[in-house]
Amino acid sequence: MTHSSLFASDKRTASRNRAEKRFRAYGIIAISVGLAMLAVLIFTIIRSGSSAFQQSFVSFEVMISQEEVDNAEKALLKTGVYQKIITANFEKAVTNAGIVTELSPKDQGKILSKRVASQLREFVLSDNFKADEPIAFQFLANSSIDGYLKGRVSREGLENNKNVSVEQLNFSDKLVEAGLLKKSFNIEFITGSDASENSPEAAGFGSAILGSFAMMIVVVALSLPIGVAASIYLEEFAPKNRLTDIIEVNISNLAAVPSIVYGILGLALFLNYLGPISANDWIRNNSPFVGGLVLALMTLPRIVIPTRAALKAVPPSIRDAALGIGASKMQTVFHHVLPLAMPGILTGTIIGLAQALGESAPLLLIGLVGFIGGEIPANVDQFFGGPNTVMPAQIYQWASRADPAFYERAWGGIIILLVFLISMNAIAIVLRRRFERRW
Amino acid sequence: MQNIKIQASNVHVYYGDNHAIKDVSVDIQDNTVTSFIGPSGCGKSTFLRCLNRMNDTIDICRVEGNIDLDGENIYDRRVDPVQLRAKVGMVFQKPNPFPKSIYDNVAYGPRIHGTAAGRAELDEIVEKSLRKAAIWDEVKDRLNAAGTGLSGGQQQRLCIARAIATSPEVLLMDEPCSALDPIATAQVEELIHELRESFSVVIVTHSMQQAARVSQKTAFFHLGNVIEFGDTTQIFNNPKNKKTQDYITGRIG
Ligand SMILES: Nc1ncnc2c1ncn2[C@@H]1O[C@H](COP(=O)(O)OP(=O)(O)O)[C@@H](O)[C@H]1O
Ligand SMILES: [Mg+2]
Repeated sequence: MTHSSLFASDKRTASRNRAEKRFRAYGIIAISVGLAMLAVLIFTIIRSGSSAFQQSFVSFEVMISQEEVDNAEKALLKTGVYQKIITANFEKAVTNAGIVTELSPKDQGKILSKRVASQLREFVLSDNFKADEPIAFQFLANSSIDGYLKGRVSREGLENNKNVSVEQLNFSDKLVEAGLLKKSFNIEFITGSDASENSPEAAGFGSAILGSFAMMIVVVALSLPIGVAASIYLEEFAPKNRLTDIIEVNISNLAAVPSIVYGILGLALFLNYLGPISANDWIRNNSPFVGGLVLALMTLPRIVIPTRAALKAVPPSIRDAALGIGASKMQTVFHHVLPLAMPGILTGTIIGLAQALGESAPLLLIGLVGFIGGEIPANVDQFFGGPNTVMPAQIYQWASRADPAFYERAWGGIIILLVFLISMNAIAIVLRRRFERRW
Repeated sequence: MQNIKIQASNVHVYYGDNHAIKDVSVDIQDNTVTSFIGPSGCGKSTFLRCLNRMNDTIDICRVEGNIDLDGENIYDRRVDPVQLRAKVGMVFQKPNPFPKSIYDNVAYGPRIHGTAAGRAELDEIVEKSLRKAAIWDEVKDRLNAAGTGLSGGQQQRLCIARAIATSPEVLLMDEPCSALDPIATAQVEELIHELRESFSVVIVTHSMQQAARVSQKTAFFHLGNVIEFGDTTQIFNNPKNKKTQDYITGRIG
């Protein structure tokens, strides 16, 4: 036996150390790649989407007499009359600002959104309106001008662009200089509802947010109590036999079923079968209620699995302790097992719900698609049963429209969706900490 | 001669096809410490768990025979095991306090059984139980601290306090000292001596010295049978059976 020094590592030790170093390097590389991708993702989303929260507005004062209002309301094409009122007031404002342009007043008015007439009419018919007084207005600029201010539309290739001319761009440069045209925060994007193909500047995410909200209420109300109760029963009370084995296998399989299958199921079961025979008018195409039913089905196994795992992870000695001093099965579960399983249940459940919030495929099948949700729901029936859309479906809609102005809004919608998802995860973390800190 | 508290006759226990307890008959007397000794896997815990029907929680477990508590068969259809376990308390091998405060650990039993009329009475039960379990002085200043934050020996005494807070008539202890150091073991043994005044105690132990120190009656289990059952002094000094002798002299184990 030769003497070996502890100061020099022998061959085996050296090779083991090298292997360990390699493994650590792989790990660090893997994490770095992951983080880099995340950074790129977030950067792209924010760069492409943040502009959706800003919109170009043209601000000027409008003065209307009661006579003008009466005439407009008598006309066949009311918005056309209001459009003329706006054009006239706009021209006055332009002249007052000392802007010289070769554009006719009508062409000047074309840089405004097509929505402005109805915007003005809505205001005029509201209680806030006072005749013969100047009212400061912020009118949406149309999406080409908005694109020009945001750098999406450039002067090159304008000859092929039917929506905007060089003169209009020159005009808007002057408006910007005079302070009449500028970008500002657009709350309408968060609170408003979708708009038609040709006025992307007016499209908002609000009805989709409300639609998702209504749908998630249905999902939570159905899948959470049923899922947790089923898990507790299966894990703590049900006898272990063939039947429960079969149920167990099936639940695992259901969690792996692609979500689109749930969409087909919802279409067949809720809309084609249940819809016609039920008197409930929440059950129909495009309603968040049906979307919630479908996603509740999808979410159920995704709640049952983590909940059962969390219950299983509670040490049996706690159950023995409670039973051993004469607690009933139910007391044992509700006083001791459930509180200990709570952090795991909450985390699993919230992740399952977050998946439902981000789901789009099955909802497209039952018609929860954008462009239908034209209005913000006004009452509970509309909220759950009215035609609406949900966030991911709205994003999909916008991304598939031709006008690049919608593309920007799709990214903006993704930012809002991510904010909701991150909040849900944050809630999961906070709740887990709260329950874990008990002891 | 003491009253017979529990009379087990011709008890058989099966785990599926495994015949774990074979025709065991043992009498447990009032105000007596009875110890079960024997090599591991011979069925001591299984038999102990029959006495308060903890085996009901194991799906594959089947019990046959008669176990009478004060003359009533505890396996009768009319018996609710939950009610039985309030009378026959249990302390487990591994200390298993609830992840709650020390106070709540002890108060849990009285609370669910409704034994205390008010907060004052509950306080009294908690203090009395903790005193009986010889842990009061160590924890009286931190009753709201977590029971799981105590040392192993303290936790086990807390579990004993928790078991006696429901004032059971019989206390079953399954190797209560196996996770404890010698000092904590001595404290628990001391405690068992005192508990005997109020309950009958059944203790499973691996240590023959412990059985000799704390018990008046001893049953020697071997492969699911009770080979010999009698006064502890007789079993240790003058065993009638060859196997018992081999075991206590350390030849099998
Ligand atoms: N929960 C169980 N399920 C199946 N078999 C068990 C269970 N508990 C104990 N057994 C079996 O019963 C026999 C006796 O075990 P046990 O009562 O734990 O012995 P001891 O406590 O004397 O060491 C052993 O053969 C063991 O394998
Ligand atoms: Mg044992």
